[in-house]
Amino acid sequence: MALKIVKGSIDRMFDKNLQDLVRGIRNHKEDEAKYISTCIDEIKQELKQDNIAVKANAVCKLTYLQMLGYDVSWAAFNIVEVMSSSKFTYKRIGYLAASQCFHENTDVIMLTTNQIRKDLSSPNQYDTGVALTGLSCFVTPDLARDLANDIMTLMSHTKPYIRKKAVLIMYKVFLKYPESLRPAFPRLKEKLEDPDPGVQSAAVNVICELARRNPKNYLSLAPLFFKLMTSSTNNWVLIKIIKLFGALTPLEPRLGKKLIEPLTNLIHSTSAMSLLYECVNTVIAVLISLSSGMPNHSASIQLCVQKLRILIEDSDQNLKYLGLLAMSKILKTHPKSVQSHKDLILQCLDDKDESIRLRALDLLYGMVSKKNLMEIVKKLMIHVDKAEGTTYRDELLTKIIDICSQSNYQYITNFEWYISILVELTRLEGTRHGHLIASQMLDVAIRVKAIRVFAVAQMATLLDNAHLLTGNMQRNGICEVLYAAAWICGEFSEHLENPVQTLEAMLRPKVATLPGHIQAVYVQNAAKLFATILKNQEGNTDSTAAQETSQMMIDRLPLFVQSANLEVQERASCILQLVKYIQKLQQKDVEVAEEVSALFAGELNPVAPKAQKKVPVPEGLDLDAWINEPPSESESEDEQPKAIFTKEEPKHSRPRHTEVDEKELARRREARKQEQANNPFYIKASPSSQKVYQEAPGVEHIPVVQIDLSVPLKVPGLPMSDQYVKLEEERRQKERAEKKKKEKKKRKEKRSGRGKKHDSGPESEEDITPAHVVDIVTEEMPENALPSDDDDKDPNDPHKALDIDLDNLLETTARRPLADSEKLPVRSHRAAGAPKSSAEDGEAENATPQEPKKKSSKEKRDKKKDKERDRKRSKEEKKKKKHKHEEKEEDLLGGQAEEPVVQSEETKEVEAQPTSTSAEVSDLDFWLSNAPVPSNTQEAATVAEAAPAPEAPAGTAADSEPEEPKDTETEESKSSKHKKKKQKKEKEEKEKKKKKKHHHHHHHHHSDGGGEESVQNGTVEEEEPLPPMSNYCLLAENSYIKMVCDIQGNLQDGSQVVVSVIFENKSDSFLKSMEFNVLDSLNSKLQRPEGSGPHDGLTVPFQLPPGVSNEARFVFTVQSIVMPQKLKGTLTFIVKNEDSSTHEKLDFKLHFTCTSYLITTPCYSDAFAKLLESGDLKSSSVRLEGVNMPFHHLLARICFHHHFSVVERIDSCASMYSRSIQGHHVCLLVKTSGQTVSIDAKCDEPTLLGNVLDEIKQTFSQC
Amino acid sequence: MIKAILIFNNHGKPRLSKFYEHYNEDTEQQIIRETFHLVSKRDENVCNFLEGGMLIGGSDYKLIYRHYATLYFVFCVDSSESELGILDLIQVFVETLDKCFENVCELDLIFHVDKVHNILAEMVMGGMVLETNMNEIITQVDAQNKMEKSETFIFQSTRQDR
Repeated sequence: MALKIVKGSIDRMFDKNLQDLVRGIRNHKEDEAKYISTCIDEIKQELKQDNIAVKANAVCKLTYLQMLGYDVSWAAFNIVEVMSSSKFTYKRIGYLAASQCFHENTDVIMLTTNQIRKDLSSPNQYDTGVALTGLSCFVTPDLARDLANDIMTLMSHTKPYIRKKAVLIMYKVFLKYPESLRPAFPRLKEKLEDPDPGVQSAAVNVICELARRNPKNYLSLAPLFFKLMTSSTNNWVLIKIIKLFGALTPLEPRLGKKLIEPLTNLIHSTSAMSLLYECVNTVIAVLISLSSGMPNHSASIQLCVQKLRILIEDSDQNLKYLGLLAMSKILKTHPKSVQSHKDLILQCLDDKDESIRLRALDLLYGMVSKKNLMEIVKKLMIHVDKAEGTTYRDELLTKIIDICSQSNYQYITNFEWYISILVELTRLEGTRHGHLIASQMLDVAIRVKAIRVFAVAQMATLLDNAHLLTGNMQRNGICEVLYAAAWICGEFSEHLENPVQTLEAMLRPKVATLPGHIQAVYVQNAAKLFATILKNQEGNTDSTAAQETSQMMIDRLPLFVQSANLEVQERASCILQLVKYIQKLQQKDVEVAEEVSALFAGELNPVAPKAQKKVPVPEGLDLDAWINEPPSESESEDEQPKAIFTKEEPKHSRPRHTEVDEKELARRREARKQEQANNPFYIKASPSSQKVYQEAPGVEHIPVVQIDLSVPLKVPGLPMSDQYVKLEEERRQKERAEKKKKEKKKRKEKRSGRGKKHDSGPESEEDITPAHVVDIVTEEMPENALPSDDDDKDPNDPHKALDIDLDNLLETTARRPLADSEKLPVRSHRAAGAPKSSAEDGEAENATPQEPKKKSSKEKRDKKKDKERDRKRSKEEKKKKKHKHEEKEEDLLGGQAEEPVVQSEETKEVEAQPTSTSAEVSDLDFWLSNAPVPSNTQEAATVAEAAPAPEAPAGTAADSEPEEPKDTETEESKSSKHKKKKQKKEKEEKEKKKKKKHHHHHHHHHSDGGGEESVQNGTVEEEEPLPPMSNYCLLAENSYIKMVCDIQGNLQDGSQVVVSVIFENKSDSFLKSMEFNVLDSLNSKLQRPEGSGPHDGLTVPFQLPPGVSNEARFVFTVQSIVMPQKLKGTLTFIVKNEDSSTHEKLDFKLHFTCTSYLITTPCYSDAFAKLLESGDLKSSSVRLEGVNMPFHHLLARICFHHHFSVVERIDSCASMYSRSIQGHHVCLLVKTSGQTVSIDAKCDEPTLLGNVLDEIKQTFSQC
Repeated sequence: MIKAILIFNNHGKPRLSKFYEHYNEDTEQQIIRETFHLVSKRDENVCNFLEGGMLIGGSDYKLIYRHYATLYFVFCVDSSESELGILDLIQVFVETLDKCFENVCELDLIFHVDKVHNILAEMVMGGMVLETNMNEIITQVDAQNKMEKSETFIFQSTRQDR
């Protein structure tokens, strides 16, 4: 018998699969929980078995139970076991379970690293796929770090199925391990052009997601996305891209201009509503970003509004909703165009769909004007009455108040009307927004002086009828209004008609049922009222009235003295004593009114809510400075940041300071609470008093008879707001009539006719004069209040970490290439024991104990090499692609250009250079500058030409690679470069002539283009050609050979300098076997190919026949760039004649000037200004006397010889900018008067600056 | 990003829940309940979007749902997703289910929630849309099912005979 049971249960254990479990649960509806708990017991048994199939089955069931809300984290280890099964079926079950219940704090996750890595590299694509899917749900920072490299490899997998998953998961990896973004980005970008549409879509998806959070870093991808947008037919991709552009346009208005046309085309052509909608949305974003200077501006808005109207009128509620949503975006910037659709929007207020009503409400906010405010609010009030459900009604209420109070009550012409609206709103049942109404009442009464008489009268009635408001305790939210009413009546009591009656109303016993803070206000204001009454009554001959009032106070106040609320108690007892004393004096016939009212004399002014925050920090007060020096241990840490921040403005450091303070305070408070809680002698607040006086829930406990009124309340004697609407209309009509009369008179004098049009047209905003002159007192702000600098970015936002500069990475013309530390950790890395974080590594090693240690370092080297090779290859490929793409772009735009044929040829020729030499940023500028004006191809061509320094500076990216000089192929290209240069100069001349016509228009745009460009601008204006210039200077010369050289910093590498040497054979002999050698200094070293010794020379990769010259490049690594230096070197060569050959040698001194470390970098004037403001730069200046050349020549020389670019030029004054290869900013302000030139300069490295200035001085002393 | 995908029936019983952000089990259940509460009280002919509940999302998030017979399909998404796009995606999801289960009904989802998960995994990964092409999704799902079949297993072969 017992055996049978055991056997049966074992059978069941084996048998019950997911379907059985589900069926069982369905069959045990009454005792589901019990049934499931037995099932869980069974599952526990199953998990204990060795059979993986049984385990997998159990895990599968657990996944189901997890969905029902059962915690299954206890089985995490078993899930890992199932995940590591070799069978796909079980693996999938395991990964599914893991994806459902693993999270960052699941500790077994760290055991999975190796298993996942194994699955990722599995030959079966579905193993990999399942692992990727699972990982996407539970990736942790550790997993991300350890697996980033593996996933990156998968991005280039042969199967698109894997590629797209790998691409997609990279986003999760970036989020968890932001360091991986830079190394992975180039490949991710590559995937944008993947042949498989799925992969492409995934890449777009990821980049859009990244760009949404940190759009500015992705601006440089705009051309690529633009191309995708115009070529893709996949609506998903299009939608994503268009959404992305919506995020980018606010940063770059030029992009918006370029976008408008294709987007408009899409709007016209697409049949997909989703796409149409997103296009409209982005066009709106573009329009918002553009200032209103666009010509086609209004047409685009009109188009959008039109399309949206169609959406809103559609019977599909979804379209209606979205239409309203988008409309509200237009509203912010172009309220006029939306206002014309007011009818439609008001109609939507009646929609049965709450979502739509809410959207329509949002729109109303921006549509009101002085003219229609009353009408709209009236409609809303009707809706308030009709509305079912408190949420929608509360929404209506807040909207009414928002609409009326917006921009400082701008649209309210009649405040009496507004007050009566507020009073009407107090009759809402069950609203939570009593305090909102109250604060409006207070605000209006305080700030609009003219309205006080009316407001006081209304408030007095409210107080008198307070029982109607407080009667029903369910409506307790509204009693907040009484707070405002009491205060207004007290503060402005001089306006009360019947103060005694109001005083009486304020001291009724019923008041004691109100919340404490309201009672407190009642008591305080009763005292104010009392003072006023005394003042009024003392003038009378009959003193009994005054004494009666005092008596009333004395009779009524004790009720409040007994209040459980401390505030009420305190105020009441204080005032009671005061009144008693006054009564004594009164009985002696002493006049007290003056003194009593002096208690409350003086006006209370409204203070802006932000006022406190805005008080500027007084000069000389450093909130960050220690009052007492901190203990010594922390000193060293604090010292450094201090040094950096002392120069900054105090506002930067202030928020941080308070934040710390708040945290500290909170901590202390918590500690104190803890202490108090643990202290048996500490008297805690009695629960009863808390109950009564804490807001809403507490009040319910007060036993009060509920008055249930089915009829909507009408407070007797209160004017209805509708009356005002009518009155207002009448008033306006009258005004209009009067105006008409006047106008007619005028017109009769002049001429008749045309007049009717004007009369019948709607009155314009300005025509409406407010009912009474209203003086809206502005809120007080402290003197010298600082402008708002609230930063509402959430510091905990994970996307903040992804705000990483990616521009430099693109096209690998990196100014900041990947440092070794940035490369993704490869598995072997850790095993080799990188010193970086030994603790972490220890852990990781525990998890991966089998890894062979010795092999790893070799592996690492190999991998690195592979990587490098890969990178190079991809670089080259990319370059090719880029060119193609650019050409296409050109063609595309060529269609718009005026003289496309001639121009585009020229462009193509020069195109090749800028793409590789100039940084990505200027590429974008180039792309963008193509856009707006038809004549721009021409412009672009000049920009493109100007971008590379005329003497072909660093060459292509590949050229600067250290191995290059060996490459013989380059020879040809170099010699051809010389030819090109000549051609180019000629072209420049031609173009200058052409350009003169349009020149003045694009002067400003151009300064972004590149240094030389701005100089050219100068030249054209003054019509004087520049003298020919060359940076090549003589290095050494003898009877055989002449060497001239130019030294340029390497764009790619902050520690490299490229020396281009032109060797010219002056003899009649053949020169061969040239060897170039330099004696390295500590600071600068010649880069030699791997394997050669430190003193070996470099073979010059060509021979020189008689009379021929050729150029070779040599790369040097430098450490410090702040000082100029000289290197001694020798060139050895063999002179070969017909009969003999001799060894010759030429010594030279290579002079690295500081100038050669500077790189021409364009700089926008605003960025320039910011840089100067930052205060990080040290300044220095120099004067040049006797400079006898035009200013533009002077600038051109500085630009040319010293690698600066002109930021801005105004008359005889120009600001210039350059950057060193190590990122130092150098800013110059050059002024000239007569023959004196003064240069004020700033740089973050004073030594470098000094040297650069010396060099500039020298340049000009030579000429 | 998609924050969560929920399927529940007209009574609020969960048929599938996929959260792309971690919540503990209790919160998950609360979210399902809240979402059901929000969605179920809406009429048939109102729009398919609603601003997210308190628990999930906040102002940046929206619930986008479709109601098919006895089931609600709800996607909780942020502003980077196109509303109409997600509606289409739900349609693709349902059609795919229909193809894979041959006239899908609630019972299929009840008994084969794991399969539904597998299908969903081919469409949405880690909260991002992976594939929207139905044929591609079905191809991949079928291929994986085939693989599963080729691996023999003990517990199912015995059961399926019945």
